[in-house]
Amino acid sequence: MATERLTDIGPPNYEKFLPPIIKANYGKWKYHEILRPGVMVHTGESGDKLFTVRAASPRLMGVGRIRDFADLADKYCDGHLRFTSRNNVEFLITDESNIDPLIKDLEELGHPVGGIGNAISNIVHTQGWVHCHSAATDASGVVKAVMDDLCGYFTGMEVPGKLRIALACCLNMCGAVHCSDIAILGIHRRPPKIQHDNLNKICEIPNVVASCPTAAIRPATVDGKTSVEIDEELCMFCANCFTVCPSLPMADALNDGVSIWVGGKVSNARSEPTFSKLAIPFLPNNPPRWPEVTDAVRNLVEVWVKNARKYERMGEFIDRIGWPRFFKMTGIEFEKEHIDDFKYAGLSYKRSAQLRQ
Amino acid sequence: MAEKGKNGTPMLDELEKGPWPSFVSEIKRTAEKSEQCGALLRLLERSYEEKIGHWKHGGIVGVMGYGGGVIGRYNDLQEEFPEIAHFHTLRVNMPSGWFYTSDALRTICDIWERHGSGLTNMHGSTGDIILLGTTTDELEPTFAELTQAGFDLGGSGSDMRTPSCCVGPARCEWACYDTLHLTNDLTHHFQDELHRPAFPYKFKVKCAGCPNDCVASIARADMSIIGTWRDQIKIDQAEVKAAEDAGLNIQRDVCNNCPTKCIEWDGTELKIDDENCVKCMHCINTMPKALSPGDDRGATILLGAKAPIVEGALLSSVLIPFIKIEPPYDEIKDLIERIWDFWGEHGKNRERVGEFMQRVGLGNFLEQIEVEPVPEMIAHPRENPYVFYEEYFEEEEEEVEA
Repeated sequence: MATERLTDIGPPNYEKFLPPIIKANYGKWKYHEILRPGVMVHTGESGDKLFTVRAASPRLMGVGRIRDFADLADKYCDGHLRFTSRNNVEFLITDESNIDPLIKDLEELGHPVGGIGNAISNIVHTQGWVHCHSAATDASGVVKAVMDDLCGYFTGMEVPGKLRIALACCLNMCGAVHCSDIAILGIHRRPPKIQHDNLNKICEIPNVVASCPTAAIRPATVDGKTSVEIDEELCMFCANCFTVCPSLPMADALNDGVSIWVGGKVSNARSEPTFSKLAIPFLPNNPPRWPEVTDAVRNLVEVWVKNARKYERMGEFIDRIGWPRFFKMTGIEFEKEHIDDFKYAGLSYKRSAQLRQ
Repeated sequence: MAEKGKNGTPMLDELEKGPWPSFVSEIKRTAEKSEQCGALLRLLERSYEEKIGHWKHGGIVGVMGYGGGVIGRYNDLQEEFPEIAHFHTLRVNMPSGWFYTSDALRTICDIWERHGSGLTNMHGSTGDIILLGTTTDELEPTFAELTQAGFDLGGSGSDMRTPSCCVGPARCEWACYDTLHLTNDLTHHFQDELHRPAFPYKFKVKCAGCPNDCVASIARADMSIIGTWRDQIKIDQAEVKAAEDAGLNIQRDVCNNCPTKCIEWDGTELKIDDENCVKCMHCINTMPKALSPGDDRGATILLGAKAPIVEGALLSSVLIPFIKIEPPYDEIKDLIERIWDFWGEHGKNRERVGEFMQRVGLGNFLEQIEVEPVPEMIAHPRENPYVFYEEYFEEEEEEVEA
């Protein structure tokens, strides 16, 4: 007998996945303490204590690894675990004596423990060449290379404040990197290569024309076929036209690469949430380990670690010292590309004589 | 078929070295049981050699009756990589707060091993469980097993995307409302809008329990619901002293960092001028045992965040400065529907609500969704004098007869 086809049942209710200690103390937690890197304890009004051990994950995981986590949860946490908004895995422990053996098992599996408090947490990132059609760089590979290099900042708590790194492999920014302390962003630098052969079969020309934020695309007839033409001087490589029309591919091995952005944040703590700003306009794609990118990120991290005050996020640090000093301290060359030339660009010009001469 | 990495993928093999967990090792291990993963490795190695991706635009694929939840994916080297000619993604709606039991995870793994590549993302950027890579034929059987196990698909395309939230009151003393319950409730209430795209573009909702905003709602959600309070920060003076004794420099580390300088410390007593507190969380973050949010809790609702495509990135801006967040959440649902009605009627194709709000003007937008303008919505009043007054007086041409 066929089972009934179910639809629109929505997600499972989270309540059935909560451990008993959470159900008992739900909404009644009193405070938390960070015990050491990657380990914290929440104490309830009841006096109950819930220990959390946070470990790194590569986000892209096979079922085998998830089953490993499930086994560890059974062994140490009565089967309870969760994931974080930055793709870490957290084990929820009531018996404090389970913490050390769990950490040992996690480390044997290759999952460093850390990322809590004043540390560099996991990099939020996108699909890249693993699974995306619009990627200007890989995601998982760059992240792996950068975090291999910065792993000590994940497993330690020696940095001034929180530092959030994110990577998006194109301007669509599935990773919403635009408010990160350090953002790694894949960029195209060559206008779309128009496939006149099939454009009118695959794409709606009015939609293609309308998709361009700078009105660079016009209808045109090429070799007797309806198609489009692009004023290349107006193209800013956003790839919005490619999103609506597969016949306008942007990816180009010679011109694609990575830009680096700094100083964004989403938290309201101290200063208001703010966008990241351009630090390095272009670095080449250099797989498998993107050394130019790992060096650039390490340099930014080290300047911040060495010079920022306690609790100061990257953007707050730069606000205090000013952009000219930021470029001097990091040794990054200031170029024309650093100056905005899209809408509201004027708001980013320095409109005072308050300068450190 | 390439052997497990042996000489087949020298560049990717490099990424198995180093202390950070390796996605390459994950794909290789999964390839032991899945031909698709072997092919994926070889295709990815090719991308590493050529510095270019090999995935094409998605076609329209999905499960019956839904318009969202599946991302079609095909490679552009079909003859060389037939195993992953189709390699579609299923987005599975995660439980609020990403809590699982080991059994629930194993259930998902078993289903996915039977029907797909066995590769996942825990989790995708919007929060869904991402099942990465299967064929068109397997979509419906995967969906059938998932729903039998109590899971459903998430959003994709121009629909309400899967709402997500922080850990909230489940494990955080700062949660100013029940982020998990609200998220779960909104998701179930708007199932039709989530599965059947009918909007100008995507609409994301994220619920953060406090202004620390651990789900980045202000940057990543069209509607950001951020917990806050409107009475006094609760102070335990003995714990303040204990924090200082433990090495915290309260004047330098706490008071000097207060954005409105509303906090004072004389060495024995901490005083907060709560009327000037902007609920930034810094002092509470630094002294979790001594300070906590007040008791009159609720949320600020902000609208319009998005990444750059099409007209530039936006942060959400204030729509409702304070609202109590209590079931059955009718006021919030009603607000969401008024926004959808106006945006759905007048929004352009692929225009996010934040861009729409700027195009029509926040003032006009508020009128249409029946929300009164208040100064909390702006950083400052307008600087330009070109005001669009809608009406003007005219001299009456004839005396009105008495």
